[in-house]
Amino acid sequence: MLKFPKAFPMGAATAFAVLFTLSTPVLAAEGAGKSGIERPEGGYGLGREALPEEIDAWDIDIRPDGTGLPEGRGTVAEGEVLFTDNCAMCHGDFGEGVGRWPVLAGGQDTLTNERPEKTIGSYWPFLSTVYDYVRRAMPFGNAKSLTNDNVYAITAYLLYLNDIVTDEDFELSKANFTDIHLPNEANFIDDDRYEEPHWKADAAPCMTDCKPDPVKVTMRARILDVTPDGEGDAIE
Amino acid sequence: MKKEDDMAKQDTSRPARAAGAPDPSRRSLLRGTLAAGGAVAAGLMAGRARAAAPVTSVTPDPLITEVQDWNRYLGGGVDTAPYGLPSEFEADVVRRNVAWLTADTTSSINFTPLHALDGIITPNGVCFERHHGGAAEIDPAQHRLMIHGLVDKPLVFTMADLMRFPRVNRVFFLECAANSGMEWRGSQLNGCQFTHGMIHNVMYTGVPLRLLLEEAGVKPSGKWILAEGADASGMTRSIPLEKALDDCLVAFKMNGEALRAEQGYPVRLVVPGWEGNMWVKWLRRLEVGDKPWQQREETSKYTDLLPTGKARRFTWMMDVKSVITNPSPQAPLSHGKGRTVVTGLAWSGAGTIKRVDVTLDGGRNWHAARIDGPSLDKSLHRFYYEFDWDGSELLLQSRAMDEMGYVQPTKNALRTSRGENSIYHNNGIQTWRVQADGVTENVEVS
Ligand code: HEC
Repeated sequence: MLKFPKAFPMGAATAFAVLFTLSTPVLAAEGAGKSGIERPEGGYGLGREALPEEIDAWDIDIRPDGTGLPEGRGTVAEGEVLFTDNCAMCHGDFGEGVGRWPVLAGGQDTLTNERPEKTIGSYWPFLSTVYDYVRRAMPFGNAKSLTNDNVYAITAYLLYLNDIVTDEDFELSKANFTDIHLPNEANFIDDDRYEEPHWKADAAPCMTDCKPDPVKVTMRARILDVTPDGEGDAIE
Repeated sequence: MKKEDDMAKQDTSRPARAAGAPDPSRRSLLRGTLAAGGAVAAGLMAGRARAAAPVTSVTPDPLITEVQDWNRYLGGGVDTAPYGLPSEFEADVVRRNVAWLTADTTSSINFTPLHALDGIITPNGVCFERHHGGAAEIDPAQHRLMIHGLVDKPLVFTMADLMRFPRVNRVFFLECAANSGMEWRGSQLNGCQFTHGMIHNVMYTGVPLRLLLEEAGVKPSGKWILAEGADASGMTRSIPLEKALDDCLVAFKMNGEALRAEQGYPVRLVVPGWEGNMWVKWLRRLEVGDKPWQQREETSKYTDLLPTGKARRFTWMMDVKSVITNPSPQAPLSHGKGRTVVTGLAWSGAGTIKRVDVTLDGGRNWHAARIDGPSLDKSLHRFYYEFDWDGSELLLQSRAMDEMGYVQPTKNALRTSRGENSIYHNNGIQTWRVQADGVTENVEVS
């Protein structure tokens, strides 16, 4: 438990439940003490009740268990047409990415390479994220313009481009959506940074004669300078 | 005549230097610095070089013995700049981007000019920007914030509603998880603006998120919230309810004035100590649920790939970190030997900073630095180390320790644990090499 406060944001929801059962009273007291805010009896009475139509209009998120999936369907073949018309100018006909626009397909078995290629097929853990993200944010510059059927078809085509389905007649729908798992799902782990050897609470770092020999420069940034034609990793 | 010229010089457009206003001292100094071997693009160096004027003259200084224009003619009137901007001599203190990093500026990043700032507060106009679909411009009268999901009563708030809740004022740093991310494979970008400039430190005014969630009434099954932005990227992140109830804010002011558009005007989420991507801007929706949503920004992005091929997810905390901002590649040490001030910033998502050490010899010997200014929870801390420089080469580093006792690791320690492909959460110790002529560069050391 030594690392408890630092490990506060550990990933697993279960770990949270345990941690916060312990910590909530302290935080609550602190919160009130810090701000000195007393909640009035019965609340503030501000805002108005959200209408079901309003919630439906904005609540477009999808979870891996299929929560939030709309009715609809679309095939790989339909998706190919939609993708070519709406997406390929940036992401390439095969999801290979034009210029520095994101790559969407390929890269399988590269995650341990010196230069991994992270795509839907090689890296993403859940198909629900593809549907959710394409519907909310793509095509870039004209977001939220696709119909639910369009998004099913494009998602099916992205599965096809990543060799996760191989049949052009494959139809993706609300009914079969959660049957499909992406290959890399099992490779995500919770935050275990604080088990790394360099994290030692109350360490007393060395102050004098910490290195035996005079320190040498091993790499200089001017070799890879801030210039438009420099090589570098795209920012994520 | 003369007066008119001067009035004409009161140009409020920011980077424009008054035409026909030669500044020979500035030019020659700039030339001097470049001749001294400055490796960085001239545009990046110009302003700092000017500030580094060595006074070598032994004859009477005409700046003292002669009456200058500004000693005689009137300056601008009170109506010159209804919204004030920095002096024209600070025109190079701006956010900068690195064009080759991304495909398009609407899905990109720019960097805070840390080398030109002091104290702990970042001025609003130079707070770095990261957005995924451009900076939305939203009329506050047309903005709505919805809370729904596992709540007793789903609610919609207008901005006017939000302003009627009790507010608090808190200073917090916001650091992008990818700050220093380009440096995983070794020193790459010459300037702390580029290596460490995805951070800012601002005083927020806002409503504790707890009050809004309590108003809707979170059901006992509620364990997570999803925060969503109103911009074209529809930014979303899952946040554990406990964090939401602890110290998160729904903020509408930064440093006393309305949020800047690029920072989420009219309202953003503040998630103290945790990675910047979670601080959803243009906040329009909060959904309460029982599981995380596994959104794109917490699966495809903001997950940390390890050499085993496994990837860490939900790595929210920003770890203890520091950087020397002066001297640094954009702010060389051009005054020569003698009294020298080393300064920098330190911060930790775990709380306050209790100590910063500085080394001049690449980590063989360390000296305690002086922390000055407010030491606030999850806020930038300013440190100084003053010494007599003998003019020999320096390998400068800073090493921060937070209130938990966690010590900033070396970059190599991080690489040993994580490899070089995890992109995010690089809080390793930064080295600047200062040469005898003051030119400073980003290096890695043995
Ligand atoms: C104008 C260029 C453009 C077009 C057209 C476009 N995208 Fe994108 N796409 C982008 C950019 C830019 C991003 C990254 C956005 C960001 O900064 O978060 C992106 C991201 C994505 C991602 C996430 C990639 C990852 O690895 O996280 C997916 C999936 C995607 N786009 C699918 C599509 C689909 C499907 C279409 C067509 C309906 C489409 N895009 C159209 C530019 C484009």
